Amino acid sequence: MTERFILIPGRTSKQGCGVSEGKFDQVYQQEITTLQVAPADMKRMGLANGDRVRVTTESGRQIDVAVTAATGDELPAGLLFIAYGDLSSRLMDGETHGSGMPTSKGFDVTMEKLA
Amino acid sequence: MATPPVTKPIELPSTVITDATCTFCGCVCDDIDITVKDNHITDAKRACVLGKSWFYSHGADDRPDCLVDGKPALVAEGVERAARILTDAKYPIVYGLSDTTSEAQRVAVAIGDAIAGTVDTTTSVCHGPSGMAFQGVGEVTCTLGEVANRGDLIIFWGGNPAESHPRHFSKYSLMPKGMFVPNGRKDRTAVGVDVRKTKTAKAMDLFFQIKPRSDFEALWTLRALAKGIEVDPEKVKSDTGIELSRWQDLMARMKAAKFGVILFGMGLTMTRGKHLNSEALLSLARDMNAFTRFVVKPMRGHGNVTGADNVVTWQTGYPFGVNMSRGYPRFNPGEYTTSDTLARGEADAALLVACDPMANFSQPARERLKSIPYIALDPKDTPTTRSAAVAFTTATYGINTPGTVYRMDDVPIFLRPALSSTHPTDFEVLTAIHRRVTELKK
Amino acid sequence: MSSGYFKIAGGTVYDPRHGVDGQVRDIWIRDGRIVEPPSDASVRPDRTLDASGLVVMPGGVDMHCHIAGPKVNAARKMRPEQKRKAEKIVRTSNTRSGTMGSVPSTFATGYKYAGLGYTTAFDAAIPPLAARHVHEEFEDTPCLDKGFFVLMGNNHFVMESIHRKEPEKLRSFIAWLLGAAKGFTPKVVNPGGVEIWKQLPSGNVHGLDENVAHFDVTARQIIEQIARAVDALKLPHSVHLHCNNLGMPGNWRTTLETMKTFGDSRGHLAHIQFHSYGGGEGDENTFNSKVVELVEYVNTHPNLTVDVGQVLFGETTTMTADGPLGYYLSNAFKSKWFSSDTEMESGCGIAPIEYKNTSLVHSLQWAIGLEWYLLAKDPWRVVMSTDHPNGGSFLAYPQIIQLLMDRTYRQDMLKLVHPAVLERSTLADLTREYTLFEICIITRSGPARILGLANKGHLGPGADADITIYTPNDDKTKMFELPRMVIKSGVAIVEHGEVREPLTGKLLYVAPEYDTSIETDIAEWFEKYYSIRFRNYGVPLDYLHDPEEIACD
Repeated sequence: MTERFILIPGRTSKQGCGVSEGKFDQVYQQEITTLQVAPADMKRMGLANGDRVRVTTESGRQIDVAVTAATGDELPAGLLFIAYGDLSSRLMDGETHGSGMPTSKGFDVTMEKLA
Repeated sequence: MATPPVTKPIELPSTVITDATCTFCGCVCDDIDITVKDNHITDAKRACVLGKSWFYSHGADDRPDCLVDGKPALVAEGVERAARILTDAKYPIVYGLSDTTSEAQRVAVAIGDAIAGTVDTTTSVCHGPSGMAFQGVGEVTCTLGEVANRGDLIIFWGGNPAESHPRHFSKYSLMPKGMFVPNGRKDRTAVGVDVRKTKTAKAMDLFFQIKPRSDFEALWTLRALAKGIEVDPEKVKSDTGIELSRWQDLMARMKAAKFGVILFGMGLTMTRGKHLNSEALLSLARDMNAFTRFVVKPMRGHGNVTGADNVVTWQTGYPFGVNMSRGYPRFNPGEYTTSDTLARGEADAALLVACDPMANFSQPARERLKSIPYIALDPKDTPTTRSAAVAFTTATYGINTPGTVYRMDDVPIFLRPALSSTHPTDFEVLTAIHRRVTELKK
Repeated sequence: MSSGYFKIAGGTVYDPRHGVDGQVRDIWIRDGRIVEPPSDASVRPDRTLDASGLVVMPGGVDMHCHIAGPKVNAARKMRPEQKRKAEKIVRTSNTRSGTMGSVPSTFATGYKYAGLGYTTAFDAAIPPLAARHVHEEFEDTPCLDKGFFVLMGNNHFVMESIHRKEPEKLRSFIAWLLGAAKGFTPKVVNPGGVEIWKQLPSGNVHGLDENVAHFDVTARQIIEQIARAVDALKLPHSVHLHCNNLGMPGNWRTTLETMKTFGDSRGHLAHIQFHSYGGGEGDENTFNSKVVELVEYVNTHPNLTVDVGQVLFGETTTMTADGPLGYYLSNAFKSKWFSSDTEMESGCGIAPIEYKNTSLVHSLQWAIGLEWYLLAKDPWRVVMSTDHPNGGSFLAYPQIIQLLMDRTYRQDMLKLVHPAVLERSTLADLTREYTLFEICIITRSGPARILGLANKGHLGPGADADITIYTPNDDKTKMFELPRMVIKSGVAIVEHGEVREPLTGKLLYVAPEYDTSIETDIAEWFEKYYSIRFRNYGVPLDYLHDPEEIACD
């Protein structure tokens, strides 16, 4: 089942610490390769922590990533969150709309559970 | 030509350095007491979790000062190769600068001038859009001490300082017992506006969980309410996800404040609208000054990205995205900004200082970067340094090197280093590259 | 065998301090200073410039301009639209590129000032919290010796010590603060007014005796006490004041009262043109010139000096530490607006402006500036300035010179401005023409003396070898726009309009003595309210590139 979501990449404490501790180390890598999903969305899509999904943008950029349930009501249904890093960068288009800033938050994606 | 900061070899004068500065985020806390033992920092009193990571992760290492094509080389060899890469290029770019001293930034811009290149900083992917909005409408702002002494209504919009700037609440925006807010937190109302219920949201008195990509509509709703212009409640609700009555209540509180403050982050600059979102917020703050005192502050993420803005502005006249191909500065976001010069395949060489575009840039930009020769300066091993033709391991600013940085509110602070490093400083490497580039260009 | 001497031979020399009024003389330079000719007549100079027929003056001294620091840099950032079509400052093998418009970039600022023959400039208003920023920008502003004035008129410690009637403490604090920032003298801008602006929407102070809430002091007290402290400290320059009510019709009364407030203390009133307006409360239609009344007071009170703050027609940028003024101007002109409040110290406001010769107010402002120059009896106490860039760019100085020296040119320009100038000012009746000697005073010798710079503004032995050589021309704008040569610290830095050697220049500062026990009090107050650590506030000497302390005596 493929559903539409809005993806928000952002900073987290762990990602920030990871920047100092080393971008090739466990803490950072773990943090930036984990996609947070709202509990209700996890349930409806039959996802458990650690399951892998495929996230695809409107322009066809794609990542495969492990999911984890967001804590409590932190994330509203329909939103996905991932810490800034290589995976979130892979989904960014080059277009900056004349601003110098590529769209880096709030982009439309589809998500499907991988077998 | 920038003069070198005082770089006397640092003999460890004592094992505790007080009033030291953390440069991890834009808070630039200068009240850290650092304990040094055997060339490692073992304690950083008052540092937040990000600061502690920053201090504890920078100790002595035995990585080579310079790698050319991935192999250890002398710094002089790296400088020579770097200078040739930059002077052979048709469209060289200089990018980054946000995590180094202003003394080093000044040399980096000098290099950009000497090679007729394009100079851009991480601002272009951070608050560059806010800078563009600033050029359109201006900005009403203040230093952080004014927030601490006067701010009684604090709005956090599109940012999560609880995770990105952990000491901001306690040091500047919510907790301080200030001259005109003597009861600290009790004298303040904290308001959050975001699409997620973040850690920051939980620290607020009021939280507006708006629909994603509706910041522009929300801000213009507030502008209309400030001026007493009627708005359609249905449209407001459907656009923003929030009832008009809640926005009305917020506006009433804003007008009743003595000194309102809006601190804003990437939620505005990185989403649909970008500089138009920033412009709406800057305009709202301006509008509010007809009723009460109101200020805004962009939350800057890196320790010296504000310095980068300042240095590039005073030397060229423009804050980022500056092209000097014709021998004089020209400015055009979207044209000369690095996401674009890379993604469109225009840049054919790069000097990257204190940044990690290989981790953070869009896919097309990263692909281009991988295909061109570039030089990287960084204290750490990062995706960017790993694909560089020339990589310099440099001393860490603030921990190893002295120098000047600018806090997010433009206050200049001098760094008090804790331990010496065997690696050269950004300033030294850039000065050497500048000298060689100048010789080659004659 | 190099003798180390550089000789400027046979120039027509103007050195008002030594009474030299266009006499043909040689000037000898060695080791960056002007010296007596070598006693041994056989000693040959390494270089001789044949200056016969050329005018030789000391290097220009701009004692009130805005060229560095957070306010100036914010203005640079805010005005990209001016730069693309302005003159392009192209990189050369020994100069950096840059941009112009009303707020030039730093390298361009240095080159352009030097290009006009200026060798010293003082930034008029810096909050001490930003001192390091200024020192950094100064290092990137070549060809000039520089210094700055330190904002104190809305400083909390200052207001508190005045309220508690502790002049000793005030004096020590001022001395400490100047040393901490490496600044030159206290600058007072709209005393009390900026603090009220921080407290209230459109907040300001409208009279000298209005109470400043929370601090319970008045502008009058602030001015009087700081002026006395400055004299007690024997600072080389007096307190430097931007009066309350700048720009308001009818403000001449505030200005006159302010002048009286100084008593016998030295005082310098900045950009006096903006403070010389008659007219009703807020009624712009009766706006008129009160220069005659004000200049009478200045003429008869030698403790006072002024710089004019000349307005020129065209687009420029207003930038001021007077926060409420910035807001007022941006609303008046519906322009973009920058404002920043600096904790404990000051504020600032920036707004673009266009002075139009079709505007009654702007035309009067232009005329009032010229009235000041023409009606002031003592040229040693009236200084040329545009309050760059508030009234106009420093690049307009040659034009002002022509307006002062050539009454036909002036009368011609009068025909092009708003006709109300004829009834509301005396400019049409003023036939005085400045001489070169007087121009030399108001652009170099006078400001050097007012600043207390013993080695500037003259050509006697011991002076810094800062010299400008002009080719005489009946068109005075042309003459002063393009010096034949500019010498700075004995080095020919500009020749035929080209920058040859962009030296960094010195930082001129004062470090008056004070009772250091006050630092305990200051530190306690500081740690309570400032957002940085006390220890990280002051600027140590080794931070500076080429500092020169000017003595307090």
